[in-house]
Amino acid sequence: METVRPDKQTPIPSPEQEAHTVPAPASPWKEAFRQLRRNKLAVVGMFIISFFILIAVFAPLLTPHQVSTMNAADRLQGPSADYWFGTDDLGRDIFTRIVYGARISLMVGFFAVTGALIFGSMLGILAGYFGRWVDMLISRVFDIMLAFPSILLAIAIVAILGPSLQNALIAIAIINIPIFGRLVRSKVISIREEEYIMAAKAQGMKSGRILVHHVLPNSMAPIIVQATLGFGTAILEAAALGFLGLGAQPPTPEWGRMLSDARQYITSAPWTVLFPGLSIMLVVLGFNMIGDGLRDALDPKMKH
Amino acid sequence: MLAYTIRRVLMLIPVLIGMSLITFSIIHLIPGNPAQTILGEQATPQAIEQLEEQLGLNEPYFVQYGEYMMSLLQGDLGQSLRTNADITNEMWPFLAATIELTLFAMIFAVVVGVNAGIISAWKQNSIFDYTSMLIALIGVSMPIFWLGLMQQWIFAQELGWFPAFGRGNPRDPVETVTYFYLVDTLLAGRPDQFFTSLGHLVLPGVALGTIPMAIIARMTRSSMLEVLRSDYIRTVEAKGIHHLSVVYRHGFKNAVIPVLTVVGLQTGTLLGGAILTETIFSWPGIGRYVYEAIGTRDYPVIQSGILVIAFMFVMINLIVDLLYSYIDPRIKY
Repeated sequence: METVRPDKQTPIPSPEQEAHTVPAPASPWKEAFRQLRRNKLAVVGMFIISFFILIAVFAPLLTPHQVSTMNAADRLQGPSADYWFGTDDLGRDIFTRIVYGARISLMVGFFAVTGALIFGSMLGILAGYFGRWVDMLISRVFDIMLAFPSILLAIAIVAILGPSLQNALIAIAIINIPIFGRLVRSKVISIREEEYIMAAKAQGMKSGRILVHHVLPNSMAPIIVQATLGFGTAILEAAALGFLGLGAQPPTPEWGRMLSDARQYITSAPWTVLFPGLSIMLVVLGFNMIGDGLRDALDPKMKH
Repeated sequence: MLAYTIRRVLMLIPVLIGMSLITFSIIHLIPGNPAQTILGEQATPQAIEQLEEQLGLNEPYFVQYGEYMMSLLQGDLGQSLRTNADITNEMWPFLAATIELTLFAMIFAVVVGVNAGIISAWKQNSIFDYTSMLIALIGVSMPIFWLGLMQQWIFAQELGWFPAFGRGNPRDPVETVTYFYLVDTLLAGRPDQFFTSLGHLVLPGVALGTIPMAIIARMTRSSMLEVLRSDYIRTVEAKGIHHLSVVYRHGFKNAVIPVLTVVGLQTGTLLGGAILTETIFSWPGIGRYVYEAIGTRDYPVIQSGILVIAFMFVMINLIVDLLYSYIDPRIKY
């Protein structure tokens, strides 16, 4: 972790210099975390996300009803002591479904971002480090993918694979690959010229080791920011696909799907539409707040 | 400038070829036998063979792609499997509806977003700044289909201010010439219908424009903050020029480039978001055209619709890129 220095202007202290600097500067990550805690919006964001993670983990303990149990006698009931968020058209408890929906949304966000991050970083590193035709090829593919409005590309992929939650997840991961790929590529290109890379090369370090030990840790800051913001976007995109009937299929309690199933009852039973939408918004808002805060904390130069 | 324009246009060629390859491949990437998937489980072998013949699926991949490109260059997008009509002809009314909607949404997003951003930067750390940035943050996080549903509920059903569905009064149609209803109603000399159509635009336009509006507001604010701190602004202020003139004429002019970039990129959000908005508001646009084609497995329509939308997105970004050097002569390529 010592190799991480977001401020690349700072020259690397030689061993003698280091011996004189007392006390040793705090690790940049600790410093970033301290700044993040000072950012009120980011703290609120962390609370929101922790809250949703907790309810997702402890869903069975928190929910008074079964997630898919239908109860025709209680259909479209307003919020009450028994049904906190009311019931839907099949008499299912909306609160229960929202709590279980948190599991789905967080899972989709996690896997889509992880997938996009892994493949995007690999391609970005290849393009940025090896340059020339590798870079040409990969960058052109990214350009072409980014030439499609992202949700449209996701829809195209789902139209190929067939609608399901899993395929929606794959589609969202794919459309986010060029976003991470480009970011990593540009970071790698700027790092490639740094003196410490040259030093490592001069010491006879192999490309692979240089990539893992120097290039990757030094590109971490913007990747973490993008991953956090990407979580929110991925959840929104999954909800959009679910809403269009191209994602999660019934009876999965996915928030976007719940919205589209409930839309015809919006006048008679607005709570069926209100709560799933609010949940999506809150989770995405949480990730956006953390992402903004992280950006300010990790890399002041990235503010714009 | 001309050399740059030519270079920029030439750079588009590989992107356009790649885009056409992707949309062309949609049908080939369907797992299993595409014709079987399109026709369903009970399809007879003859029907499958016939469809394969019709779509040219029996020929080698690159021969098919060559033929696809040849027809594309002649403006032929193929035939719809469902209606058998030429997609090029069938698509225009839908495309016009989408262009009308996205233009309205973009105007809303730019006018509101830019002004909110400017005032926020000008009155930094004021109540206005905090409120509008909080609204912008929420706007970025909002699922637009949910916002649309909420608007329908509040402004159409509860308050009855604006219509919730469609583009105009279906019982009193105006002759369609351009399929832009705002233009057609004026051509027909029907100002009453013009306002009806305008009213129909409000809810879907605002729903669609909210995310770009929020992003534009945030970008304008940060871009303006940087400019307002510069020396020449202090000079202009010292000369006693009116605040509004300082901020809008001298300040915003120099903050406009990043804002313009965002506007260009956000058309992608708009064109993609149009699918969701059009579904909610029963807006007969290209998004719904594609969406319904997915339901009926009308792959030629899916391919063409996606290609046309992506093409528009690329063209708008081309225009934005070319505008840079026009707006800021310092930018030389």
